[in-house]
Amino acid sequence: MGALQSVPGHPEYVDLAEKTGFSFEQIGILHKRFKQLSHNEDTLLREHFSKIPNLECNPIRSQIIGAFFDRRNFRQDGEGTVEEIGFEEFLVIMSHFRPPTLHMTEEQRESVRRDKLRFLFNMHDTDNDGTITLEEYRHVVEELLSLSEAMEKDTAKSIADAAMLEVASISMGHMEPDEFYEGITFEHFLKLLNGFEIESRMNVRFLNMDTTTLCK
Amino acid sequence: MERRGVSSVLLLLLMLCCCFGGNGELQESKPPEATTAPAGVDLFPNVLDEAQAFPDEEKARLPVFTMDYPRIQVPFEFTLWVLLASFAKIGFHIYHKITIWIPESCLLIAVGLIVGAIMHSVKEEPPAVLNSNVFFLYMLPLIVLDNGYFMPTRPFFENMGTVLWYAVVGTVWNSIGIGISLFAICQFEVFGVQDINLQENLLFASIISTVDPVAALNVFEDIGVNEQTYIVIFGEGLFNDAVTVVLYNMFTFLAALPVVEPTDVLVGTARFFVVALGGILFGLLFGLAAAFTTRFTHNVRQIEPLFVFMYSYLAYLVAECFAISSVMALITCAVTMKYYVEENVSQRSCTTIRHVVKMLATISETLIFFFLGVVTITTEHEWNWAYILFTLLFAFIWRGIGILVLTQIINPFRTIPLNFKDQFGLAYGGLRGAICFALVFTLPDDINRKNLFVTASVAVIIFTVFLQGISIRPIVEYMNIRKTNKDLKNINVEIHSRMMEHVLSGVEDLCGQWSHYYWKDKFKKFNDRVLRRILIRDNRAESSIVSLYKKLELQNAIGLLDGPMGDISAAPSIVSLQDERKEAARPKRKFLAADVRKMHDILSNNMYKIRQKTMGYANKYNLPDDSRTREILIRRHASIRRSVRAESFRELPSQNIPKSQKYYSLQPGGDLENAFALRRRGHGGSGDVGRLSTSSSRSHVPMRRLKTISETGKAGEQPAASSPPPGPEASDGSRPGSLQGRRGGKGPVPPPKRRLSGRVDGEGDPGPVQPPRLPPPGGWTPEDQDPRANETLLRDPSSS
Repeated sequence: MGALQSVPGHPEYVDLAEKTGFSFEQIGILHKRFKQLSHNEDTLLREHFSKIPNLECNPIRSQIIGAFFDRRNFRQDGEGTVEEIGFEEFLVIMSHFRPPTLHMTEEQRESVRRDKLRFLFNMHDTDNDGTITLEEYRHVVEELLSLSEAMEKDTAKSIADAAMLEVASISMGHMEPDEFYEGITFEHFLKLLNGFEIESRMNVRFLNMDTTTLCK
Repeated sequence: MERRGVSSVLLLLLMLCCCFGGNGELQESKPPEATTAPAGVDLFPNVLDEAQAFPDEEKARLPVFTMDYPRIQVPFEFTLWVLLASFAKIGFHIYHKITIWIPESCLLIAVGLIVGAIMHSVKEEPPAVLNSNVFFLYMLPLIVLDNGYFMPTRPFFENMGTVLWYAVVGTVWNSIGIGISLFAICQFEVFGVQDINLQENLLFASIISTVDPVAALNVFEDIGVNEQTYIVIFGEGLFNDAVTVVLYNMFTFLAALPVVEPTDVLVGTARFFVVALGGILFGLLFGLAAAFTTRFTHNVRQIEPLFVFMYSYLAYLVAECFAISSVMALITCAVTMKYYVEENVSQRSCTTIRHVVKMLATISETLIFFFLGVVTITTEHEWNWAYILFTLLFAFIWRGIGILVLTQIINPFRTIPLNFKDQFGLAYGGLRGAICFALVFTLPDDINRKNLFVTASVAVIIFTVFLQGISIRPIVEYMNIRKTNKDLKNINVEIHSRMMEHVLSGVEDLCGQWSHYYWKDKFKKFNDRVLRRILIRDNRAESSIVSLYKKLELQNAIGLLDGPMGDISAAPSIVSLQDERKEAARPKRKFLAADVRKMHDILSNNMYKIRQKTMGYANKYNLPDDSRTREILIRRHASIRRSVRAESFRELPSQNIPKSQKYYSLQPGGDLENAFALRRRGHGGSGDVGRLSTSSSRSHVPMRRLKTISETGKAGEQPAASSPPPGPEASDGSRPGSLQGRRGGKGPVPPPKRRLSGRVDGEGDPGPVQPPRLPPPGGWTPEDQDPRANETLLRDPSSS
């Protein structure tokens, strides 16, 4: 990747670049941001995130913040949560949002897709049992809808229920009377969002970041 | 057989119309010989001739039969033309295959050619109505309004930069490229076109580079080509009208000047920006004014569509007056207006607006194409092989190169880059059309070699429309351009895409990155806080998830009302609604019938519940004069009532439910009860509702709601009922109700359901209370309970 470039003063970037696929520039910028967020310490804590004003208005901020501290997203097949993350983990999480490059094969695209969908799935599946249960889904829907004023919980519940129903129908088709639908597994999740071009949509453009506009 | 018959009749009519149209003009052109002042043809011409010789003998005899053609001529011929074109359209659609393979514009031009040939053979001139004013003031706005009103806004705003890039820069590139190349060709003496100077070439080139991709769009839409390509070509077609008109005016002006200074070019560029931005500003003003006006129109529903049209047209005319881009003004007005107006006006007005916009645009475009066909045959052409062939060649080349170069420049800025196939689709889809023709036809006559220009553009148009229009479909299918996934009417996908957007804007905030999600968020907040409050009468900020959900449920409810009710043997009356019945193979039915019933139950339950809740908030679904669902349901009820009166419903006589009860339930808040009553009836046998979540720990809420059907009897929360049939209540009351008793008014659910819902609830599941009750009678009971239930619900603090 960027191995031919010589970056003065930051040899560790080479490693990171290889691991995450970012370019040196992007890593540099993200490092700056990391330092700003963590007030020049080496690790980020959850409290640091709550200081970002715009994030407060986001309905699913707790899930987003949680995702950063979730070991499953560190690509090391870990589980559970951590309390603080270093720059490397920060980068790894950010790498979930890289756009696919222009010339990718089908398999690479597919793996990028799975990766991003896995990220979203982990955001839902808070108890890490591999399925999204109805309760978890409801929770998410309620949070999503909490922005609209005229909403009550039951609406959110019923929407979540309807959504589960849809998933059940799509993934399982016909079910016997005494079967019940446990929850959405990752495979069902994939199937559900089959047509959704997540690999093209779930991207942050790390190209043009202006660190001076940060830190409001 | 029948088709042939119909089409031959249509052809005959076509001929008759032509002849009549032709004859009418014939009569007009020959000076009336026999008669004098009022051009009346008397039935007894001889008498009148004689009478002329002796004027004093002329008595005012009451003519029995007169004909005064010239008086009505213009509107008559206009109507005839439009009618003719419409017949032609009917004709095309008889054979469905034709319209798949041959775009409509081809067919219209073909019919125009035929009519032109007929007219030519009777030595007739086409009515000289297409002049500059008529086109710019009456025809163009209709076409543009249609395009602007139905523009898909979300993809547009996501791809706005790209669209504008192609539209503006692309058109300018094409014009200048073609113009200069043609000028270079003109320098060769051998072609005989030396007298066309640079300005005129540029003018012609700017006209020729307008694309009108209607046919390509239809094909793309049918095939389902990916959204980015679609919106780019749509937007390009839309905005390059604006650009072309500006260039056209500029070059016309320049063409009249003997010498062009470089400062003129700079001024021209500056003018371009003034014109574009001014147009947008005007459009915004009028759009917001229209939105604001519709806030107050709830008492004058009949004239609501009028506001949309009048304000758009005003925007267009005022912009024309100040010589700024009227097309931009109209587009901006339509886009701004649409969002707010559609929330304020009634469902009927909304439908009316859409239909009228489409209709007017169709008339306008049809007439232009038709005219094209006629003019092709009947005018004097100046054919110059070299010029025309080179025009064609350059049009292709420059468009191809243009798309290629422009895409390379803009791809790095896009998240989803356009690949080569997309680019080919874009380049090949650049058909020329109506606007191009109209612009060239209305060139001022003092332009040198105007006829050559007309001929050349007609040639280009016919070539592109016929050749490219017909071949684009097989080529696109063969090339297998990346398709879009159209099936996004899925709650899950909506939820997850919302979620993804929030995640993205969260991460962007984290990184300090501003991108279009950030702006989208900001705009949405501004919209919700400021704009919606001012412009919308009845403001409830609604998440798109909820709107989609409600929409789906509404569809389901309607589908339930007129679809086949699976296993209900006891509802012959519903079955007898043959005229409203749809086939069982409705789009969502890839699941088994049981699943579907289950889904529908749950969804309908939830819809019922949502409606109940939102009733408290003067939701527009609830207004007595305005309910969207009510309109639909009333129609259904009317037909159901008819069938009920026919006494085909065997259970009905056994109930003493006065018919008035049904009407009563149509009052505000009650309108959906009927729906559910009927649905209940319909779902009599649908069992297994609790399939999804049978473990009691999962107390699946909707299941619980079903159960409360049994709780109509819970007197605690119901005010005194008016003669409810005691049966269901008694047995129902025996159930331990757990709930909120929110849902009153559901008829006795047939046994299997009850059993399951009991199980689901997991609360001391009593032995299945299975009143041997048939669904139908139960179905009627809710009606008289519903109002009570409604009151209950209304009184309940429904904020749970």
